[in-house]
Amino acid sequence: MRLADARTKKTGRSARERLLCSNCVKEMGVRIPRPLRQGPSEFIPEKEILQLGREDAETRVLFIEAFATLGRLDNITLLMGFHPRYLDSFLKTQHYLMQVDGPLPYDYRHYIAIMAAARHQCSYLVNLHVNDFLQVGGDPKWLAGLDSAPRKLQTLSEVNKILAHRPWLITKDHIEKLLKAEAHGWSLAELVHVVVLLTHYHSLASFTYGCGINPEIHCDGGHTFRLPSVGSCYVCDFTNGNNAVDDLLNGQEGNEQGTETVCEVEALMKKMKQLQECRDEEEASQEEMATRFEREKAESLYVAPTEDEESVDTREVSRHFEDPSYGYKEFPRQGEQNVPTFRAQDYTWEDHGYSLVNRLYPDVGQLLDEKFQIVYNLTYNTIAMHKDVDTSMLRRAIWNYIHCMFGIRYDDYDYGEINQLLDRNFKAYIKTVVCSPVMTTKRMYDSFWRQFKHSEKIHVNLLLMEARMQAELLYALTAITRYLT
Amino acid sequence: MEKMARVTTALSGTTITGRTMFYHLDAPANAISVCRDAAQVVVAGRNIFKIYSIEEEQFVEKANLRVGRKLSLNFSCADVVWHQMDDNLLATAATNGAVVTWNLGKQSRNKQDQLFTEHKRTVNKVCFHPNEVHMLLSGSQDGYMKCFDLRKRESVSTFSGQSESVRDVQFSVRDYFTFAASFENGNVQLWDMRRPDRYDRMFTAHNGPVFCCDWHPDDKGWLATGGRDKMVKVWDVSTTKTKEIYCVQTIASVARVKWRPEMKYHLATCSMMVDHNIYVWDIRRPYIPFGMFEEHKDVTTGIVWRHIHDPYYLLSGSKDSTLYQHMFNDASRPVDRANPEGLCYGLFGDLAFAGKDSMFGSDSNRKTYGGERRYPIFFFKKPDLSEQFANVSSALNVFETELGSNSMDWFVNMAQQYILTGRSLADLCDHNAKIAKELYRYQVAQTWTMLRIVYSNPGAISSVNLNQSIGKSGGLPLMNSLKELSVALGNETRLERGKAENRQEINHLDSSNPLITANEENEETEGSDVPADYLFGDVEGDEDDLYMVDHENAPAEEHEYILPQEAFQLRHEIIDNPSAPDHLQDKVESPHVSGNEAETVCLTPIESFSLMSISQPLYDAYLPADYFNSLVKDMLHYYAEQGDVQMAVSVLIVLGDRIRKEIDEQTQEHWYTSYIDLLQRFKLWNVSNEVIKLSTCSSINCFNQASTTLHINCSNCKRPMSSKGWICDRCRQCASMCAVCHQVVKGLFVWCQGCSHGGHLEHIMNWLKTSSHCPAGCGHLCEYT
Repeated sequence: MRLADARTKKTGRSARERLLCSNCVKEMGVRIPRPLRQGPSEFIPEKEILQLGREDAETRVLFIEAFATLGRLDNITLLMGFHPRYLDSFLKTQHYLMQVDGPLPYDYRHYIAIMAAARHQCSYLVNLHVNDFLQVGGDPKWLAGLDSAPRKLQTLSEVNKILAHRPWLITKDHIEKLLKAEAHGWSLAELVHVVVLLTHYHSLASFTYGCGINPEIHCDGGHTFRLPSVGSCYVCDFTNGNNAVDDLLNGQEGNEQGTETVCEVEALMKKMKQLQECRDEEEASQEEMATRFEREKAESLYVAPTEDEESVDTREVSRHFEDPSYGYKEFPRQGEQNVPTFRAQDYTWEDHGYSLVNRLYPDVGQLLDEKFQIVYNLTYNTIAMHKDVDTSMLRRAIWNYIHCMFGIRYDDYDYGEINQLLDRNFKAYIKTVVCSPVMTTKRMYDSFWRQFKHSEKIHVNLLLMEARMQAELLYALTAITRYLT
Repeated sequence: MEKMARVTTALSGTTITGRTMFYHLDAPANAISVCRDAAQVVVAGRNIFKIYSIEEEQFVEKANLRVGRKLSLNFSCADVVWHQMDDNLLATAATNGAVVTWNLGKQSRNKQDQLFTEHKRTVNKVCFHPNEVHMLLSGSQDGYMKCFDLRKRESVSTFSGQSESVRDVQFSVRDYFTFAASFENGNVQLWDMRRPDRYDRMFTAHNGPVFCCDWHPDDKGWLATGGRDKMVKVWDVSTTKTKEIYCVQTIASVARVKWRPEMKYHLATCSMMVDHNIYVWDIRRPYIPFGMFEEHKDVTTGIVWRHIHDPYYLLSGSKDSTLYQHMFNDASRPVDRANPEGLCYGLFGDLAFAGKDSMFGSDSNRKTYGGERRYPIFFFKKPDLSEQFANVSSALNVFETELGSNSMDWFVNMAQQYILTGRSLADLCDHNAKIAKELYRYQVAQTWTMLRIVYSNPGAISSVNLNQSIGKSGGLPLMNSLKELSVALGNETRLERGKAENRQEINHLDSSNPLITANEENEETEGSDVPADYLFGDVEGDEDDLYMVDHENAPAEEHEYILPQEAFQLRHEIIDNPSAPDHLQDKVESPHVSGNEAETVCLTPIESFSLMSISQPLYDAYLPADYFNSLVKDMLHYYAEQGDVQMAVSVLIVLGDRIRKEIDEQTQEHWYTSYIDLLQRFKLWNVSNEVIKLSTCSSINCFNQASTTLHINCSNCKRPMSSKGWICDRCRQCASMCAVCHQVVKGLFVWCQGCSHGGHLEHIMNWLKTSSHCPAGCGHLCEYT
């Protein structure tokens, strides 16, 4: 079925079209699954997403390749198709992590992916990898919960938890515990693989929520066997009252949108120009720079997302991890605790992280390095309807804001810029997606950068995802380095 | 920590004295630099900026430059440099992008002199001009290099690398206007200061960031670079074409590189991650470091030679918050610990051995083989005074095995003909025994036969004792191996014993022999408490009879059989002693075995007979099949140790689960790998692949999964196919089409090496049966062999 689905997609027919002719099949007693939701993303109307069959050559090759290696074309890939250059690197890395010879056995890899995704209650990724896990011959018993998995995998629970929510708390003791556990000890190479997998899937969960990825048709929650008419009702019911409220709210805001949002873009452009020009005049004192970082950090406390709803299917997914109450906590303010600010210059990915990863898990360092570089430098020099804009400042602000939330500080960055460039809605969105992705709602997605294209919002999501991954990796690798010295 | 010897070296010419010593800093160091007279060193880091004087016995803190009420990020140093002309002048690069100069001559506590905040990102490196007091160069993360004139308040010129961040900048020592800059993208640029618009020359030096570069202090054109790709390269840029002249491969990314003063070919390196040692290399000897300093407990961040004309003192700062002075005499010399010997087998059993010459000199009673060739010492370099490696003269010996004495034909034949799976155990054993026998490997053949008897289904024969007729029918399959027995022999046996022949039809000749023995035994063991003892008597009798038969058959061989006692004893052991096979095979000198080896016709039946008679009591006593596992295990070990790993592995595969648990994984793996290695040396790819497939070790199985990628070029545009699938990215055509049916070939593909047309194996085969021309119509006369 999965293949069939993907194949119809490949030939350019959407799954919907296929349903139209399903009546004839139904007479033969075959139950046809129908997708519950339309298109790859809940947030983005299907018609605005790249139509299969109409993509450019480069993207098509990537899609074909993805299909050839995975046997499916998942929604994540479809959305990333907006940015083929990145997609290429992403797929290569993911392929290397999951399907190429490496320190870990295949079933372990998928199980770790499940653990990582489950930490963020990302049922989409969990379902995807449960299937893959079984396909590579994993023991179905493990899926009953972490308790049923081998002891060795259980030991990862702690690190998984910390990395997902408060990576700055990871210490060399954690690493030592994993490496020294007598019978269930991990080797260093395995551990690096584990860490890369965990961080990859934590951040991918952020992306999944950030873009509102819809379940695949072949996964739980992705399809229904009801008749179309009933089905559509069901969708309405299922997505609960929230959406209706959201729509209402959106509608109200929509009235003012016209004027307001145009200003939004213009204002942003103006600020960027200002910052570029005034850089030299405005000589902020060193102390002020330091306080700005603290302020930015502190402020990120207040843009905490509104906690209106709990996730629907927590129970289903939560069996893959322990201690569900452990969540993101703010990075402690200066002086509150003994967690020192992480100085980016003292342990950079390019110099230190890369060398360590590449030493213990060859080639992955290179792949990750490429991926980080591509995403950091990705630009089309456009902002909304404007062309030929240098967006490097904006990108850097987003990147550093995320690192700031994780307590990573760049000495050479003026954190005042963040305040100038990122408005409150946007910050709230970033914070939610990065720290507690499960709470992301369509309203949040819609309410930031209203004039921007969807492709740009996905670009933002890619930045969020990679910045988060790098932050987690930096903390984990520092801990490993400390252990080694 | 006090492990270093207190060495005060006598120095030639310079006044510097000292010993290996260290000082605990308060914080990790990022960089260090020395002043011109080598008496003071400055250490800079995120939380430290101090000057120490280097006394004879210790470091003494001289000044703390990190003063002030509020410590700004300007004090957080990524790099520091001490001017080599002016002892009062220092410059630091700050992580926040500032370039700061310091004047030690200032009266106030705060020595900060000038502050340049032109860079937008972290400044990675600062460098003073070697001859010009006021000229300072900086390289930053933002991709710009700036040249400052310290008499002015801002930079005099800006150089744009047009790329990512600058990791290092260095003024050329000899060339007034030239400086080199290394970049994160792997490039190195050479600039002329007079031309800020464009670089003079650019070349890609490394794969990944180039962390450091250093000009040779004497040789104008030499530039050493070190990168994340773990290489140190030396470039000759004196001519218009940049040439890589030396390359040293280290074990970790190279963070700093510094030429050793007065030593043309030496340079020191330290690494950025993982490896904490400092190495001094002789670039002409790139494989092993000349010297090594192992004192630091964390990565070394800064190294500097104490004096620009003194090669014996090296200072280093590290993340472990220590500052060290290393004496070169205290360096460990990895070369002393290296083992300069090499040994390698050739395909045909030749052995090459290279080692220190001295080893061979004293060795007088060494046996020289006929085919030994001894080569003279290689690489006898002229002793070079500048090169301080001990000259080791070495000799290379090649030993050839005598022609034919060690032919491995049997190995190849057996490997090819053995059947390891797909039939019943008995069949496999029989087949393999037959193969072995055909190749005159009787011991192996016998082992196979024994295995068959030991492991063949015991259930069928278990009731032998109870009922003779059942015993007969059960015995039949068991004795299949004796089909090779000559009919004549069978007949004669029958005549001699004459017990059961009445029941035998002539057309059952093949099976008559076993039946006879089976009957005998059954009869003789009936009512006996200790069947085994009885059996001996029986076997003995048997043998006597058989020997007589043999004498008749081949009287010339008589001398081989004059030791029936010994043979008997051995068999005795087979029955009673679980480790008997081992004994049997260990006694290679025993006439029994040697006779076996030398004689074909007569002994084999005897062996079979004796085995046969043994086989009965096994089941009589109701021994479980795995009773013999320990025996078989010993047997396998014996074969493996004898060098016949083929036998060990074949038995392992054939017996499968029956024996696998007895032998530990590692040994199995070892056997498998040895055997596979051998097979591959003999180019028996198919066999080796089969063995890999049949092996039960996971680590062996995965051989088959490694490097399964096949790279193909598009047949149209001749370029590599990068994407998966069957369509070429570039020319958008199906890549590998069958010339006969014009479909894409997805399985076995055969093509002509002459015209490079081809297609499905079957199609081409069929085509070439009827036509000799290429199916593509190119006119080539293809040949299929």
